[in-house]
Amino acid sequence: MEFLRPGSWEEALAAKAEHPAAVPVAGGTDVMVEINFDRRRPEYLLDLNRIGDLYEWETGEDEVRLGASVPYARIMEELRAELPGLALAAHTVGSPQIRNRGSVGGNLGAASPAGDSHPPLLAAGARVEAESVRGTRLIPAEEFYTGVKRNALAPDELIRAVRIARADGPQQFSKVGTRNAMVIAVCAFSLALHPRSRTVRTGIGSAAPTPVRARAAEDFLAAALEEGGHWESGRPVPPSAARRFAELAAGACNPIDDVRGSARYRRHAVAVMARRTLGWTWEAYRAGGREHRCA
Amino acid sequence: MRVNFTVNGRPQQADDVWEGESLLYVLRERLGLPGSKNACEQGECGSCTVRLDGLPVCACLVAAGQAEGREVVTVEGLAEHARRRAAGDGTTARAPAGTSLDEARRWTPAPGGPGAQALSPVQQAFVDAGAVQCGFCTPGLLVAADELIERNPEPSDADIREALSGNLCRCTGYETILDAVRLAAARAGEAG
Repeated sequence: MEFLRPGSWEEALAAKAEHPAAVPVAGGTDVMVEINFDRRRPEYLLDLNRIGDLYEWETGEDEVRLGASVPYARIMEELRAELPGLALAAHTVGSPQIRNRGSVGGNLGAASPAGDSHPPLLAAGARVEAESVRGTRLIPAEEFYTGVKRNALAPDELIRAVRIARADGPQQFSKVGTRNAMVIAVCAFSLALHPRSRTVRTGIGSAAPTPVRARAAEDFLAAALEEGGHWESGRPVPPSAARRFAELAAGACNPIDDVRGSARYRRHAVAVMARRTLGWTWEAYRAGGREHRCA
Repeated sequence: MRVNFTVNGRPQQADDVWEGESLLYVLRERLGLPGSKNACEQGECGSCTVRLDGLPVCACLVAAGQAEGREVVTVEGLAEHARRRAAGDGTTARAPAGTSLDEARRWTPAPGGPGAQALSPVQQAFVDAGAVQCGFCTPGLLVAADELIERNPEPSDADIREALSGNLCRCTGYETILDAVRLAAARAGEAG
C-alpha cells in the first residue's frame, strides 16, 4: 500500500488521475473500518486531510457550497439556518467522535443507501461538484446515486464540494433506529417546503437500493396545497391529504428485509415519518417559517 | 513509512508504519501507550478516544499517516493536559514539555507514589464516584468527559449524555459514570 499525501487540491486531482484506483480518505469513518476489518486493501490511500479548501464553505445568495470534508459537527453547529435539514441529519450521525471526522463528501463517496446526509440533500436540492484534471461537472444528487454503494463518479474524479440550495422554508429530518446515537438508519425521511416555488421535496434513506425522492408524493402534496390555497392562508393540511402524502411516500420505497428491519416495517415507518415531518414543517411555516423543531 | 507527530506535548517518531495502520495501533504498539483501548475497530465503542488537534476522535479510524504533524493527547497525558489548562497555559498542546514516554509508562493511579503524577480532576472524580468497573471503557470516557468539561463547564445531564454517547460501557456502569462527570464539573465550578 502507498500513502499519497497531496498538499493541494491540484495535487490531489493529479494523484487521482495517475492512480485512478486510489481510495480517497478524509474522516476515515468508512474507509478505515474496511481496512481494519481486512475488507479492503487498496493499493493507494489518498489522504485529503491536508487540503484546507475541502474544510471550508461559502454561503451565496441561493446556495451553500459546502467543502467535501467539512465535518458534521460544524454543519450542525454553524449551518443550521442555511441548511436546516442537513444540520438535523448531521446531528444524528454516529457520535461526537464520528461527527468530528465524518463529512458529506464521505457520505457521497460511500453512497450507502443508509447515509444520513442523502435524504436532506435530495429534499433541499443539491448538486455534487465532481472534479478531475479533465474539468468540473455538477451532478444533481438524484443522478449521483447509481446503486447500492455505487455513485456516478468517474475513476479519476474527486468530490470537491456539494452545492446545496439554501432553505427558503422549513425543513425536517427524521430517522428510525434503536437508540438516539450510534445508529445506522433503519430508514430515514427528510422533507423541505419550498414556499418560493410552492413546491415540496422529499428524500428517503435506507428504504430502497439508493436514496430516493418520493416524487408522486411531492406532486400530490404540492397540488393539494395549491388547490386549497394553503400557501396563502397557512391553514392546516387536511388529514386526508396528509394521509395520502404518507401513503405515496411509502409507495416510493423499495425496501429489503435485513438485520435492521423488515421491508414491511420500513414502508410503514416511512409513512409515519412523512406524516410527522409534514406536520412539523407546516406548523413551522404557519409560525413564520423561522422555527424548526427537532425530529 | 515514518510518521512524526506530537503526543502529550512531546514530539514523537514512529518508524516502519504500515500505510493502512491506524493511529491507535501506532500509539499502542509502536509508542508503548496502551491507555487508549482497542475494541471494536469501527468507531462504535469509543474506547480508543483521543484528542486530535483538540477534537475527540476515534484513534482506530484515523490513518496513521493522517496524524503527521498533528497534536495528539491520550489518556496518559490527560493529567498534564488538565494541569496546564488549569494554569491558564493556552498552549497546552504545543508546549515543548509534557509527559515523556518514560513518565507515561511509569504512571500509576496511586497518588503520591514515586514518579506518579496527580490525577486530573476528571480521573479523580471517576475514582471517587466509583465509576470504574472492569475499566476497559474508562480511558475513552475520561478523554471524552474531560473535553466536555473544558468546552462546557456546566453541562446539563443531556449535555453529558450526548457528549458520552459514543462511549460504550459493557459493564453498563453508566449511572456512576454520569455521577463522576457531574462531580468533576461541580468541583471545577467550585475551584473556578
